[in-house]
Amino acid sequence: MLSFDDVVARFEPVIGLETHVELGTRTKMFCGCPTMFGAEPNTQICPVCLGLPGSLPVANRAAIEATIRIGLALNCTIATWCRFARKNYFYPDMPKNFQISQYDEPLCVDGYLDVEVDGVTHRIGIERVHLEEDTGKTLHVGGATGRIHGATESLVDYNRAGIPLVEIVTKPVPGTGALAPAVAKAYVTELRDVIRTLGVSDVRMEQGSLRCDVNTSLNRPGGDWGTRTETKNVNSLRSVERAVRSEMIRQGNVLETGGTIIQETRHFHEDTGDTTPGRSKETATDYRYFPEPDLVPLAPDAEWVASLKAALPELPRVHRQRLQQDWGLSDLDMQSILNAGAVELIEQTVAAGASPEAARKWWLGELSRRANESGVELASIGATPAQVAQLQALVDAGKLTDKLARQVLEGVLAGEGDPAAIMAARGLEVVSDTGALTSAIDEAIAAHPDVAEKIRGGNHAAAGVLIGAVMKATRGQADAKTVRELVLQRLS
Amino acid sequence: MIKETAAALGAKIAAGEITSVQATQAHLDRISEVDGRVHAFLHVDPEGALRAAAAIDARIANGEQLGPLAGVPIAVKDVIATKGMPTTAGSKILEGWRPPYDATLTTRLREAGLVILGKTNMDEFAMGSSTEYSAYGPTYNPWDLTRIPGGSGGGSAAALAAYEAPLSIGTDTGGSIRQPGAVTGTVGAKPTYGGTSRYGLIAFSSSLDTPGPCARTVEDTALLHSVIAGHDPMDSTSIPQPVPDVVGAARRGAAGDLSGVRIGLVREFTGEGAEPGVMSVFRDAVESLTKLGAEIVEISCPHFLYALPAYYLIAPSECSSNLARFDGVRFGLRVGDDGSRSLEEVMSVTREAGFGPEVKRRIIVGTYALSSGYYDAYYGQAQKVRTLITRDFTAAFEQVDVIVSPTTPFVAFPLGSRTSDPYQMYLADLYTIPTNLYGGPAISVPCGLSEGLPVGLQIMAPTMADDRMYRVGAAVESVVGTLTPPAL
Ligand SMILES: [Zn+2]
Repeated sequence: MLSFDDVVARFEPVIGLETHVELGTRTKMFCGCPTMFGAEPNTQICPVCLGLPGSLPVANRAAIEATIRIGLALNCTIATWCRFARKNYFYPDMPKNFQISQYDEPLCVDGYLDVEVDGVTHRIGIERVHLEEDTGKTLHVGGATGRIHGATESLVDYNRAGIPLVEIVTKPVPGTGALAPAVAKAYVTELRDVIRTLGVSDVRMEQGSLRCDVNTSLNRPGGDWGTRTETKNVNSLRSVERAVRSEMIRQGNVLETGGTIIQETRHFHEDTGDTTPGRSKETATDYRYFPEPDLVPLAPDAEWVASLKAALPELPRVHRQRLQQDWGLSDLDMQSILNAGAVELIEQTVAAGASPEAARKWWLGELSRRANESGVELASIGATPAQVAQLQALVDAGKLTDKLARQVLEGVLAGEGDPAAIMAARGLEVVSDTGALTSAIDEAIAAHPDVAEKIRGGNHAAAGVLIGAVMKATRGQADAKTVRELVLQRLS
Repeated sequence: MIKETAAALGAKIAAGEITSVQATQAHLDRISEVDGRVHAFLHVDPEGALRAAAAIDARIANGEQLGPLAGVPIAVKDVIATKGMPTTAGSKILEGWRPPYDATLTTRLREAGLVILGKTNMDEFAMGSSTEYSAYGPTYNPWDLTRIPGGSGGGSAAALAAYEAPLSIGTDTGGSIRQPGAVTGTVGAKPTYGGTSRYGLIAFSSSLDTPGPCARTVEDTALLHSVIAGHDPMDSTSIPQPVPDVVGAARRGAAGDLSGVRIGLVREFTGEGAEPGVMSVFRDAVESLTKLGAEIVEISCPHFLYALPAYYLIAPSECSSNLARFDGVRFGLRVGDDGSRSLEEVMSVTREAGFGPEVKRRIIVGTYALSSGYYDAYYGQAQKVRTLITRDFTAAFEQVDVIVSPTTPFVAFPLGSRTSDPYQMYLADLYTIPTNLYGGPAISVPCGLSEGLPVGLQIMAPTMADDRMYRVGAAVESVVGTLTPPAL
């Protein structure tokens, strides 16, 4: 059994990614139905998105605009004339039994996205960006597997049917070697950030508004590219990385033992990190694409495209470069922030009043450590940038020591509320009342007369015993430095 | 009353001489009397019609000024969605389906105050030229009940010829309005593609389907045309331009003056395969046009010869995709859902049971023509032919204002005489199909009788110049007059 390292020593991977992004337009792609996520099943439907006989699609201009903006942000050429196409196949969650998509005339072609892994820039070629409609969702009831085979009943929700979907397909990416999994993840992350910056989708993988299929193949150094597989059901950034890695290991072992890779769709399993075979491409449907006769061709005029291009926001990569400068960070520091997925979190924490250093310290330190421990993404750990900023403000004001602050943070992560409230509720504030401290010090001196004598004699190192006693008496809520000063003052 | 024109009925209703309820009842009575023999209707809605008529009467009594066709009854081809009223497209697969919405065209009819009597018979999904492919039995030609009324809109044409309705709606993909008009001695117009909305028209071939007006006179046809035509934002192939003044053109043409009008005769339409009687009546009609001052010009449209094969690739290809939605999941017929079959099997069994033989034939042809590896040779090639035919038309219309031809090569043929040979059936649309591939408008007007059966003259015009065909059509009518079938 070859390990990952064995595999990359013997083979070179070629990866490719197909990403689907549900646009956050107010209405669906070809009708006026709302697109709200999580509505009661089959409440956001009409004759058009149900594909009732006689109904016709009308293209949503906002979706076309969003797609062009994505294309521009990915450095694509925007088609001056293109058509929608019908992709024909039978499936109950497709109301018309064809999907309106784009085939050989995509709206945007031939772009690229630069992504960084460990300080090295990888330019990922973008083959095409096109617009299509989403399908409904089918729930198969009664079968053992939840799949269509063996089910006794199938329930379909058409709320999602007709939501605009943008498909972004990369060119094959060779030459990444052992970094292939990391490059794949970095690409999806960067793409997500670009699209979020454009404000055209909420790009939430867990809600399915960003979906990713990962193509992987291996070849011997200098040899022809191998047969690729397409891994579906990759539902988180971490899974993108794991899926490429596990598929590389699987393929490497198949090839090493003289086997051949079958061109097929595979399903990624979040729990095991493995992929299992899905539909084989040999038996795949012939989609019988042809130009959609119900829609007129798209012909975005040059002026419109130019104005969209001029109005693009600052994209994440440029934005990060500016932040790095503003925060005065080295490339390495910035890279570690990037790797931790903490750029936005730190930015928002700074915006909420914390210093860049403090914000970075919390997110890369304590919070990253806890995220790793519990295996969650940093962004979903349960503390908001505003809470972190407030926590730091309490430290800066002398109300919390670092140690106390970590205890307060524990409360924040446990969902007990904002830092100030937790500090009050748990009684964790620094004891700054000198009266209370003085009596605690007096008690400590009384309890350790010998130690007090040593200090009086000039042995300041002995103060530790008294400080410890005071800290114990105040349950750690005193500032040790202040206590030391008061003890020495008293015994001088 | 049932023999009145729609224009006359509308005027009398507006003037309060008769009520819409009376006009509607008269037609409902006629339907009761003759439709058992004609079978023009798949569904008659007496209650709905009388209710709509009464509402119009109330508005007129209130002094409201309504359009010229307000209160006039109309029959609608069963391929147009009518809210709450059965809409089957002549197919078992939609038996009992009542759309939850109105087609744009239906809405426009209702807004103009027309009274919908019911839905007319048709070849299943508008695929056919005789109405024999209706899943609900054929319609019979009122001129001779042993003969076909044309198709696919045989019901809409027969309803006019049998005086069951003064107006009707048809749809024309390859001649489904014009050919039935020709063989029943009525008028049928296919507007410019995109001139009338397809929203709510159950699609057969999206790039060809065109709803249009049918009536017994050219003026009535024009009046109905102006009610249903015009841009519709729900149909993105709808043309955002004003509707040509078809009514004005029809009235001008009725004066019988065609001086300065250049009329093209297509050299490639030699009459080969057409009945001599049809050609003779056609030539007489052309002759009479010259007497009205028109100039006859021979033109060449070499690619018209390829129109039929191109059409029989494009239309089935589009239909194979359009008809995919009929799977029993969301509406219509569902067969075999007894727990013993998988979802895919239920979809398959439903389609097997729900579609008739001609529909299946075209789905199979279209599926094949779009298949990977065959696309370029079939669908792709057919689209190229379509471009060439469009060029033929464009070049022709630089020389002439309109082009004329017989509407169909033969008069109404006996029921059952062509169903065993699809190609013989397809020939019925030989002269009508080029226009559909081009997208321009064309009208069929009666131009005489051959062996006692009506012959139609087809007038084709450039896109969005629908008014021209009405002018010439009305001029023909001023010479020929309307044709009256023998009493039923
Ligand atoms: Zn909808």
